[in-house]
Amino acid sequence: MSAREAIAGALRVALPIALALTVGGAVLLALGKDPIDYYVFVVERGLLSWAGFQESLTRSAPLLLIAAGLIVAFRAGIWNLGVDGQFLLAAVIAAALAPELIAFLPGLLTLLIGFVVAALVGAAWSLVPALLKARIGVNEIVTSLMMSFLGISLANVLIKIPFNDPATTVPQTRTLAVEDRLPRLFDTTVHAGIVIAVAAVVLVHLMMTRTAFGLRLQMVGANPRAAQHAGLDVGRLTVATFALSAGLAGMGGAADALGVLGTIRADWDPGYGLLVVPLVFLARFHGIAVIGFTLFFAVLMIGGESAARRLGVPNFFVLVLVGLLLLFLAVVEYLDQMRRRRRVA
Amino acid sequence: MDAILSPAFVTALLLGAVTAGTPLLLAGLGEQIAEKAGVLNIGIEGMMLMGAYVGFVAAFTTGSFWMGFAGGAAGGVAVAVLMSILCVRLGMNQIVIGIALTLGAEGLTALLHHFQFSRSYPRLPDVPVLEIPGLAAIPVIGPVLFAHHPLVYLAVGLVVLLGWLFRRTNMGLNLEAAGQKPGALDAAGVGVIATRTWAVLTTGALAGIGGAFMATVGAGLFVPFMTGGAGFIGIVLAMLARGRPLWVMLGALLFGISLALTTAFQVAGFNIPTDVVHMLPFAMVIVVLVLFARHSVLPPALGLPYVRSDR
Amino acid sequence: MTEAAVSRPATTTGTAIALSAVTKRFPGVLANDAITLDILPGEIHVLLGENGAGKSTLIAMLAGMQQPDAGTIAVHGRDVRIGSPRESLALGIGTVYQHVLLVPTLTVIENLMLGGAWWRRQDRGAALARFHELSATLGVAIEPDIPVGRLALGEQQQVEIMRALWRGERVLILDEPTSMLTPQGVADLGRVMQRLRDQGVAIVFITHKLREAYAFGNRVSVLRLGLLVGQLGPDELARLTEAEVTDAVIRLMFGASEGHTDDADALLGRGRRHHSSALRADAPPRIALHGVATEAAPGECALHAVDLAVRPGEILGVAGVDGNGQKHLAEVLAGQRRAAAGRVMIDGRDATAEGVAARRARGVRYVTDERLGEGTIAAFSVATNLVAKEIGRPPRWRHGITLWDRVHAHARESVRRHDVRTPSERTPIGRLSGGNIQKVLLARELDEDAGIVVYNKPTYGLDLHNNALARARIADGAARGLATVLISTELDELLALADRVAVMLGGRVVGVVDNGADAELAIGRLMTGAA
Repeated sequence: MSAREAIAGALRVALPIALALTVGGAVLLALGKDPIDYYVFVVERGLLSWAGFQESLTRSAPLLLIAAGLIVAFRAGIWNLGVDGQFLLAAVIAAALAPELIAFLPGLLTLLIGFVVAALVGAAWSLVPALLKARIGVNEIVTSLMMSFLGISLANVLIKIPFNDPATTVPQTRTLAVEDRLPRLFDTTVHAGIVIAVAAVVLVHLMMTRTAFGLRLQMVGANPRAAQHAGLDVGRLTVATFALSAGLAGMGGAADALGVLGTIRADWDPGYGLLVVPLVFLARFHGIAVIGFTLFFAVLMIGGESAARRLGVPNFFVLVLVGLLLLFLAVVEYLDQMRRRRRVA
Repeated sequence: MDAILSPAFVTALLLGAVTAGTPLLLAGLGEQIAEKAGVLNIGIEGMMLMGAYVGFVAAFTTGSFWMGFAGGAAGGVAVAVLMSILCVRLGMNQIVIGIALTLGAEGLTALLHHFQFSRSYPRLPDVPVLEIPGLAAIPVIGPVLFAHHPLVYLAVGLVVLLGWLFRRTNMGLNLEAAGQKPGALDAAGVGVIATRTWAVLTTGALAGIGGAFMATVGAGLFVPFMTGGAGFIGIVLAMLARGRPLWVMLGALLFGISLALTTAFQVAGFNIPTDVVHMLPFAMVIVVLVLFARHSVLPPALGLPYVRSDR
Repeated sequence: MTEAAVSRPATTTGTAIALSAVTKRFPGVLANDAITLDILPGEIHVLLGENGAGKSTLIAMLAGMQQPDAGTIAVHGRDVRIGSPRESLALGIGTVYQHVLLVPTLTVIENLMLGGAWWRRQDRGAALARFHELSATLGVAIEPDIPVGRLALGEQQQVEIMRALWRGERVLILDEPTSMLTPQGVADLGRVMQRLRDQGVAIVFITHKLREAYAFGNRVSVLRLGLLVGQLGPDELARLTEAEVTDAVIRLMFGASEGHTDDADALLGRGRRHHSSALRADAPPRIALHGVATEAAPGECALHAVDLAVRPGEILGVAGVDGNGQKHLAEVLAGQRRAAAGRVMIDGRDATAEGVAARRARGVRYVTDERLGEGTIAAFSVATNLVAKEIGRPPRWRHGITLWDRVHAHARESVRRHDVRTPSERTPIGRLSGGNIQKVLLARELDEDAGIVVYNKPTYGLDLHNNALARARIADGAARGLATVLISTELDELLALADRVAVMLGGRVVGVVDNGADAELAIGRLMTGAA
């Protein structure tokens, strides 16, 4: 029976991915593109070429930090859908701060402060939805989304007015010199942010599974009334969850700003937030499992970006895949429940 | 400062507010129906976007705005059909499916747009306006109140109609029961699943028409991601309106004004960065929520699938 | 509307409903096993049986909520397939469910109009006419235009009966309608049932109280483990005394050869408890409330100026119809709810401001009535649920790190000691039966450091065996010196266990009665506000 369960477990993961890729392929076909060509190109470019693989690893850093944040939130039953605003605002502030600090602080300290400030900015941006949820029980989905839109616009205002680098024509923050950014690992192009990200995911996983705090969060997520019954301060735990989740997303912003870009241009918004949601579900909120799915997804993104230029399939296709993935994830989950129920009978 | 109060500014602002507010009104009314029936429809953003795309294509190919709205309704309903099967009938998580549908619709419409229009970026001709004879000539008030696309008047009529349906017909009772105590509706011999399915499909149609209005009357063209959170604002409107269509309209007008400020400031010769103005509606949502959320009332069964044995 | 049925004479012969060999299976359970049963017009037909005997499944099939796997149902001589509640209503079968199924935000008349064609205008005029007609039939007076949420439970039930009769009164099914009612409410319901019976309505009355079965029933059918095990007809009921009927029914229900099993005693509330030896009249109270009031959300009943004191070894019973402030009382005692006014004293020290954790450290324990709603986390393991109220504290946590080995070892020990039937201590608690979940809760709350225990409806929904076990644990705890507050809507339970019984009405303690010979009468009067 356990072998059967193992197969079922593998299917629960493989089936949604396969279905999403298949239906996505059908969409490509309908648009007159060869899906096999596309997928082969994506894998060659994002995974099998050394440069592409390094790019995919680099891209994994912000995605993993966001995933870590979503794991905290989802395990605690909080729908933090404001990740994009938290991410971008933190990235802009970290990017604007670092070139100022580097003038009189050592490089590593500058980067450290950049990460800490980014985490704080992200956390601060989650405060309104957190307090509204904790105090009056306003649904956090809507409020966090609204704050996200607000944050993205605010980030642009910051770039265009106070943080604008007068030396450039396009509005952008002052540039952090390449040698001052996050150090590269060995002689690759992958920066140290990936180490921070993997460490964050592992730490989050240990926190959720091995500590009293993590258990309390999960209890709030699984049954808030039971948590209250057991004497937990659900409101404070909600705020803490939001702060942690948004703080990690903010660190993701710092990883991109201080590791890859060095400057943030106006109207840059990668919109990673909602894209990571299905990965976290696919991993069933398991910290270690999410690493693999994130890498898979980073390959898809990097390969997809090249494919946009080479094959003329715009990157919006990745959005379609993500939507399909989430959809089939829910469908497979449903079928699995049906199967279990029938087995009992 | 005179420019702020100039007739040109006020006219531009209010006119813009009506144009920007109509899609919000339609989305908000649609979401209100779904929420009354106990379905939290996060996918409404996707329904609007699909409506915007299909509506634009329909209007562009047929040359008729009305065909555009019909296409918009069809696009919205297409997404809503998925939502109703997966969430209402099969009882899957409404939030997960809602996000999936929104993301999928965003990607699909952007993709389709890329392959069809990214080289030409076609525009629709000017909007046919129904000017109420005589009244439309009154300065400021005339154009603001009496010179719009007919759909605007229909949307306002819908507010009245829904108010009447909610209060006076059995449909109103059914919706209320489906969200408040679905077991009671079931026991009374009315299918909860059927009631909620119709509610979600209606939401899809209204959101789709709203999206189509945005693309055809509002912008005259389709731009990827053009709804920009309007569906989510619709959710907020429905949350705060406590089941009253008139309140949705007032809210839509309020948010419409904040959306229309960009154009109005340009007319008045002010140079305020568009990003600041973009922040306005969302900042307003937050302020309104902080001030009034305490009084928002959501049906107890909102977001929960109905399973008969759980009675 | 089938108006023809309204004036059906009581003498009508033939069956209203004939079930033949009806079978229904659920995963792992044979809920109804080839049941053949006739429901006659002009009769109150009582269905008796333990939890899980198959009563609810049987009526769910008549109400159209479930469909039989085999067998046939005939209504007024015609074979029918009742595929939905709508079809059941169309056949003239009206059902009043165990839990209130009315929309609290709609008015009485709106609730009654529910179910009309959706495209139609609400026909208030016709509805009001029918409402007054039924009000007269039932002999009740309810305001049609107030929201149902503001009615008392007894009135809500009357509305439910009206709805059940709304489309023609042929068959009325009542599923445990008395569990939420005062003694007065039960008597009123009995009168309504008899009126309807005399007009020729076939009534199916489900209860687990033998006294009501004897008082109201014309025919009694007993179910056990999905089987119809026996029936007492009108002749027998008329011939036998209450005690003889009781013995006969109990033999059927438990399949025992002699009538007086322990289970039967529990069922009948026999075996009144004598005052516990641990109770010392001179001991200072362990916990006391002084003028405590709470704030209520809409639909809740708040406390007003409540004074109570419980001494070690004493069981203070709290009686009252559900929804008269018992929930707030339990939560205020446990520290789960803030007192808006007044003081909570524990061992003579002011503990008003203390929350659940601080009170727990002082020995306060709370066994909630919402086992699944707040008592447990269904998806978490039995082991985690057992320690849910001590997260972060030694010995099973060190510096905030969970020592899962110790948590599981502790759980294995508790499972063994309290005879919890579970595949493993890692099994999600939601998969256990109600009785076993209650055992886990009792194990969690009645640890060695417990001193003051609040039970809220501790036997609600348990079968007789687990019911008896829970009662024994409550009595044992008090005998060990625990100061015990026992909140219950079952008067029998309070009379069997309590030393004193406080009666709640509208959020106030309207009286405290010493448990003795006349206690039942005195409590009943206080519950209805008559005294």
